[in-house]
Amino acid sequence: MNSIEVNNLTKKFGSFTAVDNVSFNVKKGEIFGFLGANGAGKSTTIRMLCAILEPTSGDAIVGRYSINKQPDQVKKNIGYMSQRFSLYNDLTVEENINFFGGVYGLEESEFEERKKWVLKIANLEGKEKTLTSSLPGGIKQRLALGTAVIHKPEIVFLDEPTSGVDPISRRRFWDLIHELSSEGITVLVTTHYLEEAEYCNNIILINRGKIIAQGTSDELKKNYIKNTILQIECDKVIEALEILEKQNFVNEVSIFGNSIHIVVNDNYKNEEQIRNLLEKNHSINVFRIDSIVPTLEDVFIHVLEEDKENGSSKN
Amino acid sequence: MKNVIHIIKKEFLQFKRDPKMFGIILVSPVLQLILLGYAATLDVKIVHTLVFDQDRSELSKDYIKRFENSGFFSIDYYATDYNQVTEQINDGDIIVAIVIPNDFEKKIQRHETAKVQLLFNGSDGNTASIVAGYISNITGKFSQNLFPDYFNVNGGRIIPSAQITPVIRIWYNPSLQTRNFMVPGIVGLLLSNITLILASLAIVKEKEVGTLEQLMVTPIKPFELMIGKMIPFIILGFAAVIIVITAMTFIFNIPVRGNIFFLLFASFLYVLSTLGFGLLVSTISHTQQQAMMISIFGIMIPMVYLSGFAFPIENMPKIIQAVSYVIPLRYFITIIRGVILKGLGFTDLWIEASVLFVMGISILLLSSLRFRKKLG
Repeated sequence: MNSIEVNNLTKKFGSFTAVDNVSFNVKKGEIFGFLGANGAGKSTTIRMLCAILEPTSGDAIVGRYSINKQPDQVKKNIGYMSQRFSLYNDLTVEENINFFGGVYGLEESEFEERKKWVLKIANLEGKEKTLTSSLPGGIKQRLALGTAVIHKPEIVFLDEPTSGVDPISRRRFWDLIHELSSEGITVLVTTHYLEEAEYCNNIILINRGKIIAQGTSDELKKNYIKNTILQIECDKVIEALEILEKQNFVNEVSIFGNSIHIVVNDNYKNEEQIRNLLEKNHSINVFRIDSIVPTLEDVFIHVLEEDKENGSSKN
Repeated sequence: MKNVIHIIKKEFLQFKRDPKMFGIILVSPVLQLILLGYAATLDVKIVHTLVFDQDRSELSKDYIKRFENSGFFSIDYYATDYNQVTEQINDGDIIVAIVIPNDFEKKIQRHETAKVQLLFNGSDGNTASIVAGYISNITGKFSQNLFPDYFNVNGGRIIPSAQITPVIRIWYNPSLQTRNFMVPGIVGLLLSNITLILASLAIVKEKEVGTLEQLMVTPIKPFELMIGKMIPFIILGFAAVIIVITAMTFIFNIPVRGNIFFLLFASFLYVLSTLGFGLLVSTISHTQQQAMMISIFGIMIPMVYLSGFAFPIENMPKIIQAVSYVIPLRYFITIIRGVILKGLGFTDLWIEASVLFVMGISILLLSSLRFRKKLG
């Protein structure tokens, strides 16, 4: 069962097309990753799905309701948390919960139960009277997520929820997202961190308002990178990089810490080819050469490069 | 409508957390009262005067005495030559120099016109013209008294002449103090400050920190948000008005002569315009600084100068007078002064009240349409 169905959604701001004919489906209870560079159209899409921005054309069904025809119903059934901290810093924890609980029209008995739940997941039991501004970043994000879903929505939209949060808090935050998903809540999340994308059941990559790749993490790695990726460990990394760049068997080169990732093409024969080149001709010591499974980062760099080439050839 | 109450409650909680804002609200009326009530006065109370009496006769001494006894003039210098006169005026220590010619008494005894020279320090034109008025008044009375004396001395009779002496009675502000004119206007300024500047700041603040976006994804409707944001500032505005009116009555002895409920009703009509402007400012600005700048320099200052708060509209050039007709504060100031000083009511001021109502509704309607559109 689909929780969100997006059909040919388009948003134009004057002559600029921010979202260009985007269609995708999100299954109920799924964690759906929405990736893309800044300005790619992620936030615009989410704002349309939250019914706070009218699409230029196209429609979307969000939890059984059309964003064009029933925006009020959509708003009652979703939760939303943006990258900016969206609670009131000058209110206490409890006052924030009370306000949003009230705005979502929770009944007294249900509200008390949900309030306890929010305090629990944010680890703030007994700290109801604390001023929100004095909470640490990670806790703030959890409190924000808790209040965003205080009314038990079917779907929650998270727009870069973990930007600027330390790695441990980030990990805990994702545990919370998994918990929501296991309760049947659909989560649509945008992120900059590609390792976070690995936690998603499904991913789409958007660039210049268009979807340029979609699938599960494994599908993306298999379908979008056909060529072998080699990881070379050697000394004089920079020098080696410059040499490898010029070879006709190499398509792409990038540095990953102390090693080099290269994407090779059909001209590549075997490891000896590289060892000979680097060790004999340039006296660079090669310690290891491995064929590796591409990371999502490899996939995205590759797909974005391709999209750039397509774009420039069209122009 | 429940949502409106949630928002109002939230706003008041936030007021409580922001003591600075509370300070502005409570201290600013008192401060403005003191500044405008005591400092901003156009009255001339002590006229520093130099006298150069070349005549040194009984009559000239009598004439000078009249100035001393008037209560306004303080004769600080008696000059002995003309250089001293120029010197003192140049130094700026004196406002006026009275030069009495050496044939003063002689001419009067010969029934000729005696001329007295007055030299003003005109750098403050307002003061100079007021002082000129005082002097001609004193001189007029002095010369009136000369005739009976003259006739008495000569044993003649007083011939009643067709001389008209105006007897001036001043209504509404019998003590003719600038304060009485300025202080009621503060009610208008204060209401504008709170409902325009503070209200727009409160909305822009939510925009700036990102909570506005969060509110938009909740089931709160834009008009509920608008009303919920405005009501707290209307309440604060009225609280400030009551503070000012109380202070005005007890500190400055300027009671409200008219109906205070009509005054409050008119304040409500006026607030429609300022809230509308506040809303408009909040849709234009992205940061609180911008909102502050736009509301002060773009709206408040022109409003204050063109409303007749400080300068009478009748003295402005025709074109500026025409512009002042679109300034809501102009009508409100007329109502405030009318009710407080003259004791006027709805029957006298219904035109101003209606204009305020129409202006307020139009500004508020246009701004709220823009507000709704901008939130999308």
